[in-house]
Amino acid sequence: MLLKLILRNALRHQLRTTLTVVGLVVAVLAYGLLQTVIEAWYAGAQAASNARLITRNAISLVFPLPVSYEARIRGVEGVATVARSSWFVGIYQDPRKFFAQFAVSDNYLDLYPEFVLREAERQAWQRDRKGCLVGRQLADLYGFKVGDVLPLRGTIFPGTWEFVVRGIFDGSDSSKITRHMLFHWDYLNETLRKTAKPRMDQVGIYIVGIAHPESAPAIARAIDSTFRNSLAETLTETEQAFQLGFIAMSNEIIAAIRIVSYVVILIIMAVMANTMAMSARERTAEYATLKTLGFTPRYVAVLIVGESLAICAVGGALALLATPLAAELFKHFAGTYFPVFKVSTLTFWLQAACAVAVAVAAAVVPALRASRVRIVEGLRAIG
Amino acid sequence: MASTEAMSPIVEIRNVTKAYRRGGQIVPVLTDITLDIHAGEFTALMGPSGSGKSTLLNLIAGIDRPDAGELRVDGLDVTALGETELADWRASHIGFIFQFYNLMPVLTAFENVELPLMLTPLSRAERRERVELTLAMVGLTDRQEHYPSELSGGQQQRVAIARAIVSDPTLIMADEPTGDLDRVSAGDVLGFMRRLNDEVGKTIIMVTHDAQAAKMARRILHLEKGVLTNGER
Amino acid sequence: MVIPIAYVARNLWTRRLTTALTAGGLALVVFVFATVLMLDAGLKRTLVTTGERDNVIVIRKGAENEIQSGISRDQARIIEMHPAVATGADGQRMASKETVVLISLLRRGDEKPSNVVIRGTSETGLGLRPQVKLTGGRTFTPGTSEIIVGSSIASRFDNTAIGDHLDFAQRSWTVVGTFDAGGSGFDSEVWGDVEQLMQSFRRTSYSSMVARLADPGLYESFKADIDADPRLANEMKREQLFYSDQSRALSTFINVLGLTLSIIFSIGAMIGAMITMYASVANRVGEIGTLRALGFKRRAVLGAFLLEALLLALAGGVAGLLPASLMQFASFSTVNFQTFADLSFRFILTPGIIVKTMLFAVAMGLIGGFLPAVRAARLNIVDALRAI
Repeated sequence: MLLKLILRNALRHQLRTTLTVVGLVVAVLAYGLLQTVIEAWYAGAQAASNARLITRNAISLVFPLPVSYEARIRGVEGVATVARSSWFVGIYQDPRKFFAQFAVSDNYLDLYPEFVLREAERQAWQRDRKGCLVGRQLADLYGFKVGDVLPLRGTIFPGTWEFVVRGIFDGSDSSKITRHMLFHWDYLNETLRKTAKPRMDQVGIYIVGIAHPESAPAIARAIDSTFRNSLAETLTETEQAFQLGFIAMSNEIIAAIRIVSYVVILIIMAVMANTMAMSARERTAEYATLKTLGFTPRYVAVLIVGESLAICAVGGALALLATPLAAELFKHFAGTYFPVFKVSTLTFWLQAACAVAVAVAAAVVPALRASRVRIVEGLRAIG
Repeated sequence: MASTEAMSPIVEIRNVTKAYRRGGQIVPVLTDITLDIHAGEFTALMGPSGSGKSTLLNLIAGIDRPDAGELRVDGLDVTALGETELADWRASHIGFIFQFYNLMPVLTAFENVELPLMLTPLSRAERRERVELTLAMVGLTDRQEHYPSELSGGQQQRVAIARAIVSDPTLIMADEPTGDLDRVSAGDVLGFMRRLNDEVGKTIIMVTHDAQAAKMARRILHLEKGVLTNGER
Repeated sequence: MVIPIAYVARNLWTRRLTTALTAGGLALVVFVFATVLMLDAGLKRTLVTTGERDNVIVIRKGAENEIQSGISRDQARIIEMHPAVATGADGQRMASKETVVLISLLRRGDEKPSNVVIRGTSETGLGLRPQVKLTGGRTFTPGTSEIIVGSSIASRFDNTAIGDHLDFAQRSWTVVGTFDAGGSGFDSEVWGDVEQLMQSFRRTSYSSMVARLADPGLYESFKADIDADPRLANEMKREQLFYSDQSRALSTFINVLGLTLSIIFSIGAMIGAMITMYASVANRVGEIGTLRALGFKRRAVLGAFLLEALLLALAGGVAGLLPASLMQFASFSTVNFQTFADLSFRFILTPGIIVKTMLFAVAMGLIGGFLPAVRAARLNIVDALRAI
């Protein structure tokens, strides 16, 4: 009977309830998407490995390291593999079509088992000095196929560079970002020999593969101490820490998005509270009647909170169902910025929690008021 | 009536006073009321509007509290009960009939009558039996699945009466039960209340300012400016 | 015949809780909308004021910012001697050869590293930027390891007070002064002597060159000469344009994200307004009937309810703008996607933003109030009167 009363009360003003539910769906959906945006921001760091170290110039990332460091890093105990990688920062067609390009050594892919490349393509790439590899997400975005010529206008390294796509690598699962392009570091270096000799033999970062991830801190310290007081001091950290450092630089934007994602919940709280306040006020006499019949003030409060919960449950449930769809749509339009855009289980829970919070917050004042109002006064208020 | 008068009264009111505060001013509503009502009585409480008759009814029904004085129902000091105890007490002792019926618009006639039984430990089947029986008594068996908005005023008030008696309360309180009804429906409702008193022996206290309605009662009390002027019959 | 505004306003006042909740929802949306516009305005002003009107900047062809750029000493000499470059009172060419690199500094508070621009410049360079004023200490002495820091660096990073030392590029640099660059991008920079910085960073070429035009009209010919000279692989831009271009990606990002959110949020607020207005109509059916019976036209009833929605929206707009205007005292810092350097800027409230925000609020109110007002206007007099 309690449930019946709650549900029928909720459906009493169908227009009002419908509007409120629509508002809830929009708000909870927006909240979920914003949460997912924040998570997508961290996706790169989550995909990063703790079994890889990144060694870079201690001053900042834009300073390169000499190529001679490679052998010395390999000599540090515990180091299994060392790969070179330099940022290229080339422009494909126009600056908005931004994607990352790295000039890498041939053993680079050995360090990244999460990028799957067919053996034939790998060999084809290794044979072609000007060959390059593109990630599946990137290839899908611009329609790159094996054999295509990919022209890039250099910003750090002037001139127009042409690469031939020799292979397309896939992520081992959907959380891996394959939105970048790889080409031979040797090709970059040889070209610089001809055009800008002082800038050759430099490496952006070294990726260091280690056999035992638990010894990462010791190895990082050992590498850095090797180069202490030299021309280019190094800073070595796990790939994850390296990526998080990147993200930390824009953390005020993330903080702003996070704040805003709660603002939408506040907005809908106001809307929902208004709906509940209006409904409860209209039913003052009914609640007083129930109390006259002997129902306790708590029963009346439960009735109001229950109604609020019922409306929020419907709105929240619809929003939860719609979230993965909306995320797909969002990815379709903004995939350039967020290659990994997947709604996590945590987000679903947070959305549900928000819906419940809205329900309770909206019902508190009307419920207290209805349970406290004196019966005599309540009866006098004719709905 | 000799049999009932020998018993102790079911409602004992002693020196009850009640005032309301309105805009900083204290307005006395009831002044030093002393009154006994015996089991099986059908009492009409009359008086002009503002005389305090509804307030007195509310005090007896336990939905309002006196400022001073004693109020016992069936030997129990109602004023001493807490909010929750009072609610429980109302559920089992009071059946209330309102001027505007006060039915839950979202519940059917059946469900409205069933409502007070939700506060009892009765099983679903027992409740169904009681509700059907009560609705039959007020002649609405064929209307039990209707919502209040689909019923006439007289029918709605009969549902309200059914709701008031379904849990077999000690007292039936009626506040202007015919105030919103046409003459024919009012006659129906009053006739039914009278039968309830005659045949089942229910104690009824009814507030009204309609002399026709008051005639149905066996005892008429007059209130004037918060004082009993007793035109008892 | 128009229904008096007092009737409309008092109806809102009577239902204070509902009015407050609805206006509160609108206010939150307005707040988000206004702060996004303020943030964008702040970003634009910061980067536009970074440039001087008659200054030009020369970078390597294809480079998008000074950090990617490089100019050899030979190239710099050729550009410096071009007749379009102004000559100062002391007979010096008004051109500053500069080196711009990023270093990592630890932010005060969370101790996380952030990229900061360090600019090697000269006295001429300081002279070319009149908006840069020393606020403490003195300027760096050429030929020494002395540096001065911009105001938003001094307030946000460790070891940047006068007398502190910063260690990078195998040297210890002493902070000898702080400067204020009038809210421009230079406030987020560290400055030192160009030759000293190049030496310690082992750079053989400059990053960029800033020059004052002898005459504003010489811009086109200067640019053409640089493009045509086979010894140069450089390009020239007006300084103002160059820096404001650098804000484009960040500005687009802030605008797209902010406005998308505002629109989505406004749906919620408009629904709130709609619910309130529908209830307002439902509660006053009898009154509407009376007004119509008194001779008020349907249009007057429509107008009265639209006006009520409008007042509600104005209340929400003002309630949202007030806290937004307080945001002017806050600053925002983030990495600029185009330069990877940390950039700090303020929220700026302009009259244009106030107008836009209020229009946005009013639009929300009118859209939310329209259907309920139509319902009120459509009510049949007889039915409405019966509801009393």
